[in-house]
Parts: sequence; C-alpha cells; structure tokens
Amino acid sequence: MSRLWRASPLTYLALVVAAGMSIFPIWWMFVVASRSSDAMGQLPPPVTPGGNLGANIARLFDNTDAYFLTGLINSTIVAVTVTVSVVFFASLAGFAFAKLRFRGRNALLLTVIATMMVPTQLGVIPLYMLMTRLQWNDRLPAVIVPALVTGFGVFMMRQYAGQAVSDELIEAARMDGCGTPRIWWHVVVPALRPAAAVLGLLTFMTTWNDFLWPYAVLNDPANPTVQLSLRALSDGYYQDMSQVFTGTAIATLPLLLVFVLFGRQIIGGIMEGAVKA
Amino acid sequence: MTVQLDARPPVAPAAGGHRRSSGRLSRLDTRYSPYLFVAPFFLLFAVFGVYPLIYTFWVSLHDWDLLGTDHPFVGAANYTQLLADGDFWHAVVNTLGIFVISTVPQLLAALWLANLLNRGLRARTGWRMAVLVPNVTSTAAVAIVFGVIFGREFGMANWLLDMVGLDPIAWKSDRVASWVAISAMVDWRWTGYNALILLAAMQAIPRDLYESASIDGANRVRQFWSITVPLLKPTIIFCVIIATIGGLQLFTEPRLFHSGTNPIRGGSLRESQTVTMYMFENAFAPHYNFGYGSAVAWLLFALIALVAAVNVLVLRRLGGSGMGPGKGADR
Repeated sequence: MSRLWRASPLTYLALVVAAGMSIFPIWWMFVVASRSSDAMGQLPPPVTPGGNLGANIARLFDNTDAYFLTGLINSTIVAVTVTVSVVFFASLAGFAFAKLRFRGRNALLLTVIATMMVPTQLGVIPLYMLMTRLQWNDRLPAVIVPALVTGFGVFMMRQYAGQAVSDELIEAARMDGCGTPRIWWHVVVPALRPAAAVLGLLTFMTTWNDFLWPYAVLNDPANPTVQLSLRALSDGYYQDMSQVFTGTAIATLPLLLVFVLFGRQIIGGIMEGAVKA
Repeated sequence: MTVQLDARPPVAPAAGGHRRSSGRLSRLDTRYSPYLFVAPFFLLFAVFGVYPLIYTFWVSLHDWDLLGTDHPFVGAANYTQLLADGDFWHAVVNTLGIFVISTVPQLLAALWLANLLNRGLRARTGWRMAVLVPNVTSTAAVAIVFGVIFGREFGMANWLLDMVGLDPIAWKSDRVASWVAISAMVDWRWTGYNALILLAAMQAIPRDLYESASIDGANRVRQFWSITVPLLKPTIIFCVIIATIGGLQLFTEPRLFHSGTNPIRGGSLRESQTVTMYMFENAFAPHYNFGYGSAVAWLLFALIALVAAVNVLVLRRLGGSGMGPGKGADR
C-alpha cells in the first residue's frame, strides 16, 4: 500500500460527497418511514428519524391492497429457493468445466458464456404462454423455476474451481476409488465454499429485486412478491407516502442487512470477477 | 476479458490408474459424469432461456393474442406495422435518450471515483461499501423514492433548484426532464458498481509504468489519460457492453417513476416510455397482443446488438495509445 498515491484531504472530501449522495436517499427513505405523512412535503427534508415507525408498519400490514406480508413471505420463499438451486447447479457444472475432461467441453463453456450476453428478458412473452399452459400463472413456481440456473453462476464457479480445487486431491480421491459425485461432495464443495457464499449473496439480492417477470406473470394482487406489493402501494389511488416509504424501507432492509454483514465478500466477488472474467 | 480455455490441463481420466475391481463402473463414471454435472444447467436454460427467445420470433410472425383460438401466420406484417408505428419510434428515442444521458456521465464518474478509491485510503472497505450500497437496494423502492424526490410541488430536486435561484422543472411531464430524472436513478445505482470494476482493473496496472512516466516528466493528469485509461480499455468496453444490454432494456425505473393512471405508458404522453415498456404494454395487460409484442422484443434485440457493436467499434478506435487494443489489462 505504501506505493499507492497518497490520499489528500481533497480526496477524502470528494469521497465524502460521493458517499453522501449514495447513502442519502436510503437514509431519507428510512426517516420518512418513521415519521407521519407530512414529513414528505417538508423542505428542507427532515434528516432525523421520528417516532411513527410502529404506527406506519401497522397501517402497512393492514393495507388491503398491498398484501405486504404475503409479499414478504413469497419473496423469501422465491429468493431462498432460487439461491440454493443456483449455487447447487453452478457448483456442479463449474466443477465439471474446470476439472473434468470431456468431449465438447470448450464449446459448451463458450455457450455458457454466450448465455450471459443474451437478454433473456426479451423472451417473457413465450415464457408467459408456457406458464399459462403449465397453469403456473399467479403461482410461485412461475417465478422460481425459470430462475433455477444462471450462466453467470456456472461461469463464476468454473473460474473459482480452476484455482481453488487441487488436482492432486482429486487424483488421490480417484485412486482411493471415489466416484465423481463423491469427489464433488468431499473435495470440491469444501473448496468452493467462499465463492458459493458470494454467488449465493448476489443471487439472493438479484432475485429479491426482480420486478419485470413477476409483474408479468403474477397478476393476482393477493399473491404478490414484495416488489409487486410496492407497485400496488405506489400506484394506489390515495397515496399515504409515509406508508409507501415504510414499505420500500422494509423491502430494502433484508438487502441492506446482507450487505452490512457480507459487504466485504460481495465487494471481493465483484472485483475479482471483473479481473478474472 | 479473456477466458482461458484449457489454461491448466484438467485431470485426465487416467485410464490405467484405477483399481481393477471398480473398472467398468469407474469408466462409466469418468465418461458420463461430466455431462450429468452440466446437464441441469443446459436443460433448464434451454427450456426457460433459449426456447422462449427463439419462440418469440415465431410468435412475432403470427396474429396471436391471448383470447383468439387460432393465430394465423401473417409473415412480416407485425414488423411492417411496427416500423410505421409512431409510438414505437417514440419509445426507441426515449430509450436511446435515457441510455446516452445515463451512460456517459455514469462511466466518467465511475472512472473518477475509481481513481479516488485507488489511493492509500483509511477505511478502504468502508468507502467501497458506501459507493456500492445503492446497487444493493431494491430497484422498485428506489424508483418510488426518486419519483418523490423529482416531484413537482414538494420534490427535493426542485427545492434544490430553487435554492440556487432556478425555476422548478416538470420532471414527470417534460420529456427530456423525465429522461434526466430516470438517468439520475440509473446512475445513482450503477456508478459505484462500475467504479469497483474499474478499480479492480486499475489495481492490476504495474506501478513501475507510472514511475517511469513521472521520471519522463508526465504529471498525474497526463499519466491518468495516457497510461490508466488506455490500459483500462478492455474493462471500459466490458462496462459499456453491460450498460448497453441493461440500459436498453430499462423497465423498472421508468415504470415506477410514474404512478396514477396507465403508468405503463410512462406518462400521459409517453414521455419516458422505454421499448421494454412498450413491449409490455402490447403483450400483456391490457392488450395481450403476443404477436405484436414479440415483434417489439425482436426489434429491441436487434437494437441492442447494433448499439453494442457500434460502441465496441468506436471504443476500439478511440485513444489509440502504444498499447494494442485489448492487450494491456488482460489478466
């Protein structure tokens, strides 16, 4: 670090401004969520929390248009299921691509990389038709099943497995008569754990945030994800903004919690991915 | 941005290395297990990723809606209708406008921020977290919050303008102003993320390049533009491509920026309706015109490919330094 350019006070000043702009909207969201409705129109904007959070939460959960509690539960189910599945399948495929030799491997790997560039969001119309045929409309499988694998996950695990899993260990396990599935479980999975954690965190956050596809396929207002509950609140005819902001604050809270606890790993994952990819 | 295929030879099945007793089973295992391991990804992606995208094209050649029992083949009729559709082109202009207004300042700011973060800082992780935190918030929540910040009467943006003596701006009903407001949202979310990616690439630049440059008398600004930026070019191209793919499909931010009646139009006069919103408006409620919506999707796909290609070509030509394109920061 000693050879880096020194940071001048001006550097810190600029960073304080940048950090302030990053954090302020989130902070203000929580402030409004804890105050009464007129906090919204106050200028200059209030910056200290008020004492109304409990009442706002109570009104939010009583709101019969938003189905906010259902939304929270649904989003939890969807995000957790998708995260477990993405990490599981990515660690299987990533290991195979990094450490096993098979015909067509490079071509298949290039296909995986190509899928990362494909704007799959543009396929929502047939996907919707498919869900209609499967009778999954308005039900959670419609948002869970299409998200069970990602090319990004496979690629990330492949990159990590290449350097983290020792060839010698695999070879030794083979000599001892271990089949590939057991090698995966006993040798590969332990070595992949750090990358699996980062992939899991990123997947959880992306899934929790997803809006377009749930918006298209979950049309029953009584069975939303939490982002759709927010839409219902925001589009409502009469807007009680402190209640809306309570909703946005609660919907953001799990993400912030994950970020505060694992920020270092997430940053590491993003930066390493950028250099290695 | 290189993917090294076969960087290190993977473990060979080692034909002779197995015990005799488990011979056949083990041969089956080494031969077929790899396919078993990668199969779930390819199966699921084929069904829920590739098939819908291709089938979109098939649907776009038909007069196909939700309720109709038959859907006759109409050839390119949806496309010809679309190319003459003023609302579609309006949405294309909106999308490109928002894309340009958001991406250019975003990447410049990210470059500058990365340069700040690439110094001997106290509380390094803290600063990085602070600039990344917008990226992990809920998009829908942020869109709603920014919708209030850019409100006409009591919005913070107009209040700030008023403080410096400017007239308030109708952020939601003026076309270009709404692009700026939505771009602000996008930039707020993505600048820090891009800064971290650029920072990672900056840290990989060897220090002695700067040392010899300063011996040659190049000042810091000069060093930044003639060493840092050219060596970051592959990473910058990566950021631009990601921004293109994401930015041209923009949906959640403009959709939730507007509320009230028919917000899928992006304002009463479609001030900030993006192409994805236009696809959505046609393909789902209220019209459920799958054929027409699919044609929108495919033209958007073509637009993304075109813009990405143009961006890459332009960036490759820009700033030709001593380094060949794509060489420097490959690692």
